[in-house]
Amino acid sequence: MIGLQHYLVVSAVLFVLGVFGIFLNRKNIIIILMAIELILLSVNINLVAFSAFLGDLVGQVFAMFVLTVAAGEAAIGLAILVIYFRGRGTIAVDDVNRMKG
Amino acid sequence: MIELIVFLPLLAAIVAGLGNRMIGNVAAKAVTTGALFTSCALSWPIFISFLTGGASAHVVQVLDFIRSGDLSVNWALRVDTLTAVMLVVVTSVSSLVHLYSWGYMAEDDSQPRFFAYLSLFTFAMLMLVTADSLVQMFFGWEGVGLASYLLIGFWYQKPSANAAAIKAFVVNRVGDFGFSLGIFGTFLVFGTVSIPEILHAAPGYAHATIGFLGYRLDLMTTLCLLLFVGAMGKSAQLGLHTWLPDAMEGPTPVSALIHAATMVTAGVFMVCRLSPMFEVSPTAMHVVTYVGAATAFFAATVGTTQTDIKRVIAYSTCSQLGYMFMAAGVGAYGAAMFHLFTHAFFKALLFLGAGSVIHAMHHEQDMRYYGGLWKKIPWTFAAMTAGTLAITGVGIEGVFGFAGFYSKDAIIEAAFASGSTSGGIAFAVAVFAALLTSFYSWRLVFLTFFGKPRWAGSEHIQHAVHDAHGRGHDHDAPADEDAGHADAHGHDAHGHGDHGHVVEGDAGYHPHESPIAMMIPLAVLSIGAIFAGFVFAPWFINAEHGAGFWAGSLAFNAHLMESMETIPELAKLSATIVMIIGFLIAVWAYVLDRTVPARFTAQFSVLYDFLLHKWYFDELYHYVFVVPAFWLGNVFWKRGDQGIIDRFGPNGAAAVVVGAGAAARRMQSGYLYTYALVMLLGLAGAATWAMVG
Repeated sequence: MIGLQHYLVVSAVLFVLGVFGIFLNRKNIIIILMAIELILLSVNINLVAFSAFLGDLVGQVFAMFVLTVAAGEAAIGLAILVIYFRGRGTIAVDDVNRMKG
Repeated sequence: MIELIVFLPLLAAIVAGLGNRMIGNVAAKAVTTGALFTSCALSWPIFISFLTGGASAHVVQVLDFIRSGDLSVNWALRVDTLTAVMLVVVTSVSSLVHLYSWGYMAEDDSQPRFFAYLSLFTFAMLMLVTADSLVQMFFGWEGVGLASYLLIGFWYQKPSANAAAIKAFVVNRVGDFGFSLGIFGTFLVFGTVSIPEILHAAPGYAHATIGFLGYRLDLMTTLCLLLFVGAMGKSAQLGLHTWLPDAMEGPTPVSALIHAATMVTAGVFMVCRLSPMFEVSPTAMHVVTYVGAATAFFAATVGTTQTDIKRVIAYSTCSQLGYMFMAAGVGAYGAAMFHLFTHAFFKALLFLGAGSVIHAMHHEQDMRYYGGLWKKIPWTFAAMTAGTLAITGVGIEGVFGFAGFYSKDAIIEAAFASGSTSGGIAFAVAVFAALLTSFYSWRLVFLTFFGKPRWAGSEHIQHAVHDAHGRGHDHDAPADEDAGHADAHGHDAHGHGDHGHVVEGDAGYHPHESPIAMMIPLAVLSIGAIFAGFVFAPWFINAEHGAGFWAGSLAFNAHLMESMETIPELAKLSATIVMIIGFLIAVWAYVLDRTVPARFTAQFSVLYDFLLHKWYFDELYHYVFVVPAFWLGNVFWKRGDQGIIDRFGPNGAAAVVVGAGAAARRMQSGYLYTYALVMLLGLAGAATWAMVG
């Protein structure tokens, strides 16, 4: 029988994957964006799992909001990337360090 | 009136000093000189009224100065006989020196500054001599020290002048330290710094003692000696004399005013002013006598070997100051003040005459390059001769004598008449020093004015001949100490005599007599040098009139003055006899047989070197004080300041910041993932804290 625990484990695994996707990835910023999506999705799984488990719909409504925000975030992130690529001609992670003071 | 006398010079100094280039040379000179002549004109009536007995001592209150607990000091101007004597000396010499400087400093770039300093000095000196309290005296004391420093270093482009100015200031600090300790001690004991009150109370402390670090010291001796240390510093007595010869780096009018006639006599004035206090302590009196005798002897011996005309006169001054202290030490304060009075005239005259010679010789100061000048500058020659006759004390008892004849002989007689051991020693030393005085004074005259011209070899003269337009004071006042030393060493190396191998000839240079502005002061001072002794002796040192004249402003010892009349004839004549002997030796060595000095120096080279190097005082002080001070300074600087304070203080703190900054900088990589990681760690930390805490 699949219980709450399993969902939480999957969610945690996805979360950790997402986090490490940000840190260990040295190639492509798009992958960072994808890793962020992964993190948000893992949170969503948490929310939905608890919602179902506790019989409270608020969690699922909240998951819908998160999806919306995630979609907006992805759109803006990609837009920034496009502009950035036009400007610098690269989106390799190691080249994007202009925030250095 | 006394306020005008004292504060006019200050006003003039402010106008000339602050106005400086704005008001121009002539205005600055006119203001200061005018103020000084006004002061002088106002001073003489005061002095004369004291001579005729028409005036009595009084004190003019000016302002409050300090009120703190028991300490109460006023700005007050004290006018009594002693002050009146000093007033005329200071204002007369100062006004004449102002006038003289019109000519002497005519080519200088910063004349307003010079005249402002001169007037400032005069103000400080007047504050000193009119002081009613020790604190005000100390104010004047430091004021003249400051002015002396400024004027010695007037040609501040010259490193040697700066060094001399600093030396004068530092050596005087030693004396001033003693003086200030004396003032502190006096206040501690008497509870006041008012001079009349102190002098009134002093006899009551005759055998009192004071405890210091477990010793019992005689109170009055301690106080007097501390104050005397101050006098030694200011009056260049043996031990603290080293600054005076170097002070000749300053312009010659300054040497005449400050380092001959007025400031250096401040020590003598102070001892006379406090004479009732010194009278209480016989020990202190003996010390004063011995120090004076030692100085008179020391400076006279050194004066015989110097070749720089100003240095000869400087050592002569030092020696004469020794005489004054000898007189004060044996209790003949009237004679001390009398010698101070006459000395001011003839020594200022000698200095200004030397300045005229230097002016004529295009700032050559080395007497070995002079010679035969009497035909070229006859008026200067006449003035210098009058000065020399005065300082050597030419005169016939009961008929007429030049200034020094009365004052110096009075000192010698008083030393003999005092009857004490120290007086006897002082008498012997004074007579011997009088011999040397006569010798070096005439040597100066003969080297300068007689013989054949010898200035062909002088660099300054060559400058003047080759570069007739070479003005400006690159050439002004040469002969710094280094040059003097170089000359001296050159001599040792080649075994030259006093002046043996200097080229004779005039190299086409013709010395010219100085302008009228310089000749008038010479004439006036000549009159002073000739007549000051003859005219004023009846008041200053006379047993009958003296007490009435001084009127308690100093401890006049009528008994001593009386016994001076009854000393043996030989002792009386001794000064005149040795004066003639010294003159004859000088004639023999510098006129008749000019090889004598060279032969003498070859035979007694050790003695000659000893005297030429001024008894090696400068060298001794160099190794005893300067070298250890430098060593200590180095230790504090390298080990203490750099090694400890800087290392752990500013530099250490800076190093910590730099290290921390380098570590922090490494975190700011600019990579997104780094920031994300930090953010995550922070979040995790915050979450943990929220859950656990």
